[in-house]
Order: sequence, then C-alpha cells, then structure tokens
Amino acid sequence: MTDPSPEQETPAAGQSALLQMRGIVKRFPGVLALGGVDLDVRAGEVHCLLGQNGAGKSTLIKVLSASYQPDEGEIVWQGSATKLSTPDAAMGLGISTIYQELDLVDGLTVTENIFLGHEISSGGFSRRHEATARARALLARLGHSEITPHRLVGDLSPAAQQIVSMARALSHDTKLLILDEPSAVLDQEEVRNLFRVVRDLTEQGVAVVYISHRLEEIRQIGDRITVLKDGRTVATGLAVADTPTAELIRLMTGRDIEYAFPPRPAHSHDTEVVLEVRGLSGERFRDVDLTVHAGEIVGLAGLVGAGRSEILETVYGARRSTQGTVGVGGRKLRRGSVRSAVAAGVGLCPEERKSQGLLLDQAVYRNVTISSLRRFAKSGFLDFSEERRAAEELSRSLDVRPPGVDRPVRNLSGGNQQKVVLARWLLRECKVLLLDEPTRGVDVGARTEIYNLIRRLADEGVAVVVVSSEVEEVLGLADRVLVVREGSVVHEGPATEIDESRVLDLVMEGDVA
Amino acid sequence: MSDSSTDPTPPLEPAEAAETARVEKEAEKATEQTTRGWAAVGAGLGHNLGLVVALALLAVVGLITAGDRFASVDNVMTILRLAAVIGVVSIGMTFVITGGGIDLSVGAIVALSSVWATTLATQQMANDVHWLLMVTTALVVGGACGLVNGLLISYGGIVPFIATLAMLASARGLAEILSDRKTQIVSVPGFTDALAGDFLGVPRLVWIFAVVAVIGWIVLNRTTFGRRTLAVGGNPEAARLAGIDVRRHTVLLYVVVGVCCGIAAIMLVSRTTTGSATHGMLYELDAIAAVVIGGTLLSGGRGTIVGTVFGVLIFTTLSNVFTLNNLSISAQSVVKGLIIVVAVLLQTRLARRPSS
Repeated sequence: MTDPSPEQETPAAGQSALLQMRGIVKRFPGVLALGGVDLDVRAGEVHCLLGQNGAGKSTLIKVLSASYQPDEGEIVWQGSATKLSTPDAAMGLGISTIYQELDLVDGLTVTENIFLGHEISSGGFSRRHEATARARALLARLGHSEITPHRLVGDLSPAAQQIVSMARALSHDTKLLILDEPSAVLDQEEVRNLFRVVRDLTEQGVAVVYISHRLEEIRQIGDRITVLKDGRTVATGLAVADTPTAELIRLMTGRDIEYAFPPRPAHSHDTEVVLEVRGLSGERFRDVDLTVHAGEIVGLAGLVGAGRSEILETVYGARRSTQGTVGVGGRKLRRGSVRSAVAAGVGLCPEERKSQGLLLDQAVYRNVTISSLRRFAKSGFLDFSEERRAAEELSRSLDVRPPGVDRPVRNLSGGNQQKVVLARWLLRECKVLLLDEPTRGVDVGARTEIYNLIRRLADEGVAVVVVSSEVEEVLGLADRVLVVREGSVVHEGPATEIDESRVLDLVMEGDVA
Repeated sequence: MSDSSTDPTPPLEPAEAAETARVEKEAEKATEQTTRGWAAVGAGLGHNLGLVVALALLAVVGLITAGDRFASVDNVMTILRLAAVIGVVSIGMTFVITGGGIDLSVGAIVALSSVWATTLATQQMANDVHWLLMVTTALVVGGACGLVNGLLISYGGIVPFIATLAMLASARGLAEILSDRKTQIVSVPGFTDALAGDFLGVPRLVWIFAVVAVIGWIVLNRTTFGRRTLAVGGNPEAARLAGIDVRRHTVLLYVVVGVCCGIAAIMLVSRTTTGSATHGMLYELDAIAAVVIGGTLLSGGRGTIVGTVFGVLIFTTLSNVFTLNNLSISAQSVVKGLIIVVAVLLQTRLARRPSS
C-alpha cells in the first residue's frame, strides 16, 4: 500500500453521497459535544475522520451508529432524509461500527460471534452447518480463510479478532463500515493486512469511515479526510493526496506546530547509575541488561509481542523474573514485588492506561495521590485539602485540561489521562520512570506536550525508560536506544547513531532469516 | 462521598494594585464554592433521597395501619434493637462489597462465634476471669473465619462466592458440632448485665450499632484504608500497579467483616441470652440486600455506609409493620424481594442519567 491510488478515487467521485450529515448538534448537560458537524461519505471510499481527543469523533460515530440521538441536524442516507432511532435501525440500513474495544464474546466460537444476535436458525434450533459455511465465506471474503470458524474467539490474536468483528459487520450486509482506531492493537504486518482488507471492501462498494491518530496511516489508506475540532467540522472532503501533513496538523490543532521532539541536552554520562538490570529473564524475554543513568532517557524499540512490555513490567515487579536482578540506586529489588519497586522510587505508566493505570470513576486528585497516600495521612486519616492542593499544583504544572481535580478521570481525554498517571509518579518524586507506549491514544497536539514533559523529568534527574511501537518516537525522544527482537536485546547504542530503517531491519531480521 | 469538596484554597498574595480584581475573583470563587457546597449537599441528599422517602413511606403505612402501636417510643426502640445486629454485619459487608468481593458466610460466622463464646468451657473461664473473655472469643473466632476466607480468596485464588460458600457450610457445621445442636444458655451474670438494658434511654445494642456505623463511615471515607478499598474494588489491576498490596488488603477486608460478625454474635447472644448454631440464619441475604439497596455498587469501587444504615432500617421497619399487622413472614419476604428489585432499578436509572 504505497500509493494512495487516485484511480480508486475517480469512480467514487462521480457518485452521489452514500451518507450526508448536515449541522449535527449534540449536547450533554453542560457540554456541547458536537456544535454543527458536516460529513459526506461516498460509496467505495475510505473516509478518514481526524481530530484530537475531545474533538467529537467518538460522539459523531455514536450518533452514526444511533447510540446517541442528535439534538439538531439532518442525516441523509442514500438520498433520503433518515432518522436513526435505534442501533438496530442503523444496522438495518447497513451501518456497522467496530469500536476500539472489540465487543466479542471470548467464550464463543468465531461462527457464534459472527452471527451473535441474528443466529441462523429454524424453529429455535440453530442451523450450525449453514452458519459455519457462511462464516467461512465471510472470512474468505476478507481474505482470512486461515481463521477457522469453530475456534474460540478468546484464543485468537487481537488482529484475528478484529477480522472476526469485520466479518460480523459484513454479515449484516454492511454498506458503511466505521473503524475506530483499528490499528491501535496491531503490529506493522497486521496493519498492512488490515489495509488490504479495507481496500478489498471498498472495491466491493463498501464505504469505510476510518478513525486513527496516525497520520501516516491515513496517508496510506485514506481517500478523503474530514477534520473535526472542538465539535465542529473544520474541513471536509479533503483529498488525501493533495493535503500535506502540516496542513492537517494545522487544521486539527488550530496552530502550526511541529511534530517535534524536545532537544537532547549534551549528555554527560558520568551521572550516577540509577537503574541497573542484570541478566534479567522472564516470560517472553531472556538475559536483558539495562543500565540507565540519572537524567537519561532510554528507548526500547521492537515489535508488539517482542517482549518490551514484559521487560518493563518485570523490572517493575508486576511480573516475576526467573533470573537476574534489578537494582535501583544500588539496592536490589525484591523479585516480583511491585511494592518493593515503588518503595525504591520506581513508577510505571502502563500500556493499557484505562484498565491498568486509572481508577476511571474516581476524581483526578485521587488518581494522583493513590500511590502517595501515606504522605497525606496522619495515623491513617487522610487530609483531603492537602491532597487536593498537591494534585492541583501538579495538574497546573502539567497543564491537565480541563482544570479542576474533582472531576472523574473518565471525562478526560487520553493525553490528559496520561498526564494524570505521570502526575502520580511526580508526586512520589520517583527516581525511575517506566513508560509503556506513553502516547498511545494521545492526539498529535498533546503528544508534543507529553514528549516535553518526559524530557523535563529527565532534566530533573529522573531515569526514564520508554517503550514504543513507533520507531520515530523512540529515536526522537530517547538518548539511547535498545532494540528488542523476540525477547532479546539485539542492539544498543546512542539514538543519534542509528536511523529508522536500520532499527526496522534489526526488528525484522528474525522474520527474514 | 460528595462531602468536603469545599475546602477553601488559601488566598493568594495580596498585591495592592490587583486588590479589586482579587476581591472580585475571590467573591467569584466563594460563590463557586458555595454552589459547589450546595451541589454536594444536594447530591448527598439525592443519593439518599430515595431511601429517606422509602423509610418515610413505610412509617406512614405503619402509622395508618397500626397507629400508636407503631408510633410509640417502645416500638421505635424495638425496631432499632432488631436493626442493630444485622446492621453491624451489613457495615462489614459494605466494606467487602466496596472492595470488589462478597461474603456469603456472615450468618454462619455469627452462629459459630455465638456458639464458641457460650460453650460451657468458655463460660466457666469467663466466670473465673472476666465476662469480656466471651466477647474476645467471639471477635477472635469471627476474625479468624474472615482471615481464612481472605487467605483462600487472595492467595488461594478461589473466587469470593465459592470460598465464602464453603465457609458458610463448614462454619455452621462446626457450630452444630460444638453445640451438639443444643441451645446454650448464658449464665455469666456480668455479661448479661453489661450488654442488656439501656444507656441514656437507648438500648446498649443500638449504641453499639451506632458506634460501629460511625467508625465504618470514618474508615471508608477518611482513611487510607478506605481509599485503598475503593481503589481495589474499582480497578484491582490499576491499584496493584499503583503500588497497593491488593492481596493483603483483600485479606484485611474479610477480616473486617469477620470481626463485625463476631460483634454481631455478641449482640445476638446478649439479646437472646443464648448461643446457638441456628443464629444468624440467612443474614448473608439480609446484609447483601441492605448494602445493595443502600447504593453500594455490587461490582465494587463505590460504597456508602449511610446508605447501608438506611437499607437496614428500611428492612427492619418493614418487618415491624408486618408483624404489628399480624401478616405472615412469607408475605414479608415477597415485599422484601419487590423492594430490592425496585430499589436497584431506580438506582441504575439514576446512575445512568448523569454519565451519558
């Protein structure tokens, strides 16, 4: 998928719109989530929806799948005005949504999941053979005949589960498929595969609304783009081929920002060693050495599943190591003990921010102070105002938006949630910070802020380890880079002495050989 | 948990030129805080408003159907005395449920504690040494049962439902063995004297409930233990990665409910002057019902002691009204079931409204 293929755009351009949304307004108590959104989608195109977190993308797709009812505005489907009253009605028209968190049942088979809710049956008895045959046909249509219909969905990889989700959508005779950040859980090979499937579908006349934070993906897969900002459409129907990335960033953020990394300080590595990992082995990785000095950022590059997250979590004690030692400031940590790591001044911002990092329904300040409760307690009793004051100070300094530490973390955008997790470890004044995919689900504008923040922490003397799937991010942010392949460190060196293609070579080598 | 959002931030430096602006800003802040304060009070009332209304409705029904027999001081004390025992159990249950667990064995633990505290041997020793020995026995037995539950759940990896179901069966069985299925009469004068009767016109048992409830409220809302309970119940993985010892905390939660069962056993022994393996039958259901209609989330992460107290009072008042009108226990159960359904339906509606 190297060319955005204008050939594919020409036939689509001639057609009238499959879907038109005009002036869609959606209000929530106290919030204007959508303040007049327009969207045109043509049959057979990949229409990308861009916008920062909180720009209204999720709300818009929920209106489109009829989870929400718009307060104002008009929806025209295949030329006639329509009211999408229930999710069922939307599905009946041929609108299917595949959310980021896949809604599959792990304990059911692929076939059962595909036909869940509209089982093929007569007189209450399921016609299993027919269902299996149809499931097989759908999977073949998606080019994934290798997924066998009778396997349990829970045993499949995230990528295969996504295909099952798409097969489910197609089983409804879908004309418009909405993909919400489909690439978030996939590695590069799987993303390529996904793009091929998407292209096949559009050639069959299906329209795809594609949501992603990764601009380079949109460049590869998209035909046209609609940009949302603050609940409004700022540009619609931009041809991907004619729109430079800088223009897109400007539209999304409303200012000209560089997709830039903070400058590295001229480093003297004679600062003290803070984190020292020796011969660490564990689940999915072996014999890892890692030394991080105060004020240094070390990046771990590698494919999803190469063992990067496992290394971080084992250093943190959340997984048990089978061999080797982790030392912080010269003291060895207890094997498999998070508390020992935290006590020694290690903090982890986990990969799955929502499920592993945050208490979503609790107030911001409580998420910030949860690891430092003892500091706010006098013989077990918490000093709430002191807690709030500390959290407020930090959230101001990290520019958490919207301000105010009493709202539940759930209501914040991805980037701001990440800042809350960072604030938690800042409050503990930790010496070692382990960041697993720190910018996943964080929009372009907030990314730069997170990068700057990480660098600021390092400048204050924190030893930072960053894991990221985006090679560019590792190279741009880190002082030193470790490349991990299949559980082993295959390269270590200064970030400035290696480029993206070399890292990719190292990362892939194992597959080629 | 809607309280204390009104702590004033300390005023900023008083730059004279900006004095007017500062005053304005502070006035603004003050009004904002008052509105926030009022909103908090409103939300607090809102959370419990349904419960207050339900209790008031029950009282009205009681007044109409039983008149003075219902509205007498004696009767109110009877209701409170009945509420006290199950109330203490329910406070403990609130902690376990808020922490993401459940305890089906509370009734059985109450029975075992009551029996162990009243065996001939224990009573003899109590007569020789001090009646507090019986109290200590009940608390230790209750706490030990809770400890076993907690260890099985935290370190044995058994789901709470099953672990405490096993405890339900074995604790009551053990109580039957210990008591030889006989009712054990208490003959320690110091014990009965100390716990029976009134203090300041209110039964001592009710005082105990009140004290347990207040301590429970403080612990849940004002201490690190309470905050950790919310974290462990709301998202155990996040709590673990934040450095909380989730397993140890879970053990502690079951010990807390076990000790509450020990306290309840003592209260029950004092009220009935017996220890028996049949004490505390179906307490687990009553306690869970009271906790849930009070507004604590069965999935964990949100808990309210005040709600639980209301829940207990509603159920006790209900059975009192039924008894006064000579209606059967069976009819009572039907209405109880209805109340649970209606309460939870209303709660899910209310909970859904603001979050969309």
